[in-house]
Amino acid sequence: MTAPALLTVDGLTVRFRLRDAVVHAVTDLSLTLRSGELLAVVGESGCGKSVLAHALLGLLPRNATVTGQARLHAPGRDEVDLIGAGERHLARHVRGRGVGLVPQSPATALTPVRTGRKLLEETLRAHGHTRRDAPAAADRIAADVGLDAADLNRYPHELSGGMAQRLATALALAPDPPVLLADEPTTGLDRPLVDHTLDLLRRRCDTGAAVLLITHDLAAARRVADTVAVMYASRIVEHRPAEALFDGPAHPYTAGLLDALPDRAFTPVPGHPPSLTDLPGGCAFAPRCARATDTCDRLPRLAADGAGRVACHHPLREEVPA
Amino acid sequence: MTITVPGATDTAAPGGAPAGGLAAHQVSVAYGGQRVLDRVDLHIAPGETVGLRGPSGSGKSTLARVLALLHAPDSGHVTIDGQPLGGVRHRLPAALRTRVAVLFQSPRAATDPRLSLADIVAEPLRATGTPREQAAARAAELADLAGLTPDLLTRRPHAVSDGQLQRACLARALVHRPDYLLCDEATAMLDASTQAHVAAVIGDYQRRQGAGVLVITHDPALMARWATRVVDLPTA
Ligand code: SF4
Repeated sequence: MTAPALLTVDGLTVRFRLRDAVVHAVTDLSLTLRSGELLAVVGESGCGKSVLAHALLGLLPRNATVTGQARLHAPGRDEVDLIGAGERHLARHVRGRGVGLVPQSPATALTPVRTGRKLLEETLRAHGHTRRDAPAAADRIAADVGLDAADLNRYPHELSGGMAQRLATALALAPDPPVLLADEPTTGLDRPLVDHTLDLLRRRCDTGAAVLLITHDLAAARRVADTVAVMYASRIVEHRPAEALFDGPAHPYTAGLLDALPDRAFTPVPGHPPSLTDLPGGCAFAPRCARATDTCDRLPRLAADGAGRVACHHPLREEVPA
Repeated sequence: MTITVPGATDTAAPGGAPAGGLAAHQVSVAYGGQRVLDRVDLHIAPGETVGLRGPSGSGKSTLARVLALLHAPDSGHVTIDGQPLGGVRHRLPAALRTRVAVLFQSPRAATDPRLSLADIVAEPLRATGTPREQAAARAAELADLAGLTPDLLTRRPHAVSDGQLQRACLARALVHRPDYLLCDEATAMLDASTQAHVAAVIGDYQRRQGAGVLVITHDPALMARWATRVVDLPTA
């Protein structure tokens, strides 16, 4: 039996209007995130993956236009349309409680005038804990993320980058949201801290939550993800179980990214990604792709491929027509 | 091949070391009473790539800043080709200072948001009095080498990605043809392809110039691939 879907995204499209151009940040993105699943969205900086997280939280700037659907199916609660819901509803019922965010730069996400303990207890009390049981719950969560009592009593600016990241993670976990978004949560941390943060997210999945991990770090994705979606130029180009993706990528861009890893060929994908204000009509990867043919002037659809999906006219494992 | 050298002392460091190279000798640094580096020796020979490894808080970045002549040690000193350097930053003559360049993790923190990418790359040339036109030409050449397309050069940092901005920082670091390049987690924020490209550009430059490179990274796979020799820095 497949686990229940906690988040379904359908045809999500985000555009930013600039003075003289339109940024195609996310295009026609669909995915389902199930209870117990850790999905890693990978791609280079500027491919649209962080915009996806912000769109799901209703945190996009005013010049953004969002179309499509994103539905949160929290167990025992009414379904919420994350795109259509107003800011009031999102702030009160969704952010934190329904969808938690482990932020990219904890330093700016943490209120500087309260200690970690105060922040954590306030969050717990806002989500159903009493004044009496909040301190014990705070200790438990702090221990979970690897913060000791002394660290918890410090102000955010007194914490090292790694400790601030742990506090931000504790605050995201405190309301026990069914869906967690982690936006590059490991940037700049030492490997042991990276692994610790990733393992925490993994454990949440094992108790029934779902995690969307946004990262540029393929090693992080390989360590904890069940499924991986590769984004290129605002679209998902490949999406499949992690092991299958790392062992046998079907999209030429995925294959190129994997070849760039230092424990593989360590060779970059040739050329440059296109500007999101000026995308070609056909496959956006064509100028960099050794398998491109005339057919690739037409946009490849993201279609079922084995246990996953791929958007390519000539996926690997197939002969390129002469 | 990677050889691990245990302990606080870089065994390739002087006395028996070759005269050429960038070296830290018995360098100690403390911040607010807390000792970050304790009598550390490190030697980077021309042409070699030294990996520097150590737990969080072991002072890797501080050592890079000392070697980059940005931070004066409390005791000990830095030499280039055996010549001891007195002072840091602008107290040193430009001809010495520009022999060492450094590339940090966060390109946003290392660039002025008001400058165009072209001006960011040309900045160190202008600081040493290179005429504007000559600086612009050299900057364009380096930007191309670092993989920046001309359309990006007129943009400011907010209008480019982290990967593009780090390429500009790399071009800036190479603009004075340094003999030593120190990379402090310089590719940690980059996707695999951009990381491989930045490493390849540095490798090409190193071969042409015979430059010595220091690599600080928490990624064991990258360390194994990139460094020719690894030095462990224990917690002070
Ligand atoms: S559709 Fe064509 S150009 Fe695009 S990735 Fe596939 S083969 Fe390459």
